[in-house]
Amino acid sequence: MKKLESTWYNMVIVLTVICIVAGAALGFTNSKTATVIEQIKEQQLADGIKEVLNAEDLQMGEPEVQAETGAVVYRTDHGTAVQATDPKGFGGALTVLVGFDDEGHILGYRVMESSETPGLGAKAQQWFQKDGKGNIIGLQAGNLTVKKDGGEVDAITASTITSRAFLRCVNAAYGAMSGNTDVQSGATSQAHSKPNEQEKGGNENE
Amino acid sequence: MNNLKVILNGIVKENPTFVLLLGMCPTLGTTSSALNGMSMGLATTAVLIFSNIIISLIKSFIPDMVRIPSFIVVIASLVTILQMCIKAYAPEIDASLGLFIPLIVVNCIILGRAEAFAAKNSAIASACDGIGMGIGFTLALTLLGAVREILGTGCVFTLNIFPEQYGALVFVLAPGAFIALGYLIAIVNQIKKQ
Repeated sequence: MKKLESTWYNMVIVLTVICIVAGAALGFTNSKTATVIEQIKEQQLADGIKEVLNAEDLQMGEPEVQAETGAVVYRTDHGTAVQATDPKGFGGALTVLVGFDDEGHILGYRVMESSETPGLGAKAQQWFQKDGKGNIIGLQAGNLTVKKDGGEVDAITASTITSRAFLRCVNAAYGAMSGNTDVQSGATSQAHSKPNEQEKGGNENE
Repeated sequence: MNNLKVILNGIVKENPTFVLLLGMCPTLGTTSSALNGMSMGLATTAVLIFSNIIISLIKSFIPDMVRIPSFIVVIASLVTILQMCIKAYAPEIDASLGLFIPLIVVNCIILGRAEAFAAKNSAIASACDGIGMGIGFTLALTLLGAVREILGTGCVFTLNIFPEQYGALVFVLAPGAFIALGYLIAIVNQIKKQ
């Protein structure tokens, strides 16, 4: 079969038809998958809340959304789970779900969404767990910083920016939780973070 | 040229990474571990096979002057459909691979094969070309990822070879990708000469 000539008429028709067909295929796939994706996200959130609070049966109240930060607070009878987002991860926004007990100690966490570098910043899901190198489980949240900034948490090797964003998420999550209950004002226990150094960057690789 | 020859051609003689040097962006960017490299390779293979088949089928309806935009629309739609399906029906894969999938659109192997092969050959031959090129790309990425992971962290997949603190971090980072790729290409060329 001979190729179509490159006339104006042919080109416009062909491109239009291709775009319509592609658009229809995309729309069809989206209509089939959108609800499934939504369900999976809800399921992952429910699993995440159970995981970060180390509890199987939970009585959960209505989630509270913080207007300022966009953090979402899920209060349960086994503690509080907070989903907080920091826009300045290394690859984009970083969203972490953190579980706290009533005193504000970290029970667990889960990285929900991240665009961090595979093999480096993406290690955050393991790094700060109980058996990881930068264990934060059991610490009092509110003013956690990495060692480079004078804090007590080991940053992920070569991923200081990710580690800082991660800890900002944890601190913001605590702020969102305590702001609602007025348990304590937070951000007072350790005052040795050096905010000026945060932007200079030092010699970290990521 | 029979179909088996087409497949082997993509794996060895015209390996997209080591010989054609196509698709360097995902090659360098996603091979920080063997598993990441392999995932990227497999996802690219899937898109490559379908895009080759579709483009081969519609090639006679596309005027020459608008073939590139037409191919790009086909490829981008395929990638988006693949991404939505993976998100909906294979969330475990999405967790490890989700980041790389949009990158496939800009992978010039796919557009390159559409131009160089699918636009001139039958659908079956184009599918074989997609399989061959895809396997070649996957093997190359897995190899590069494995080399970088071993040198950088001391383990490959789940196998631990030496403790992580002795690894050279540079190999996990971008400069290590260039170094490792350069040496691999040199080795492949040496082997091919003999």
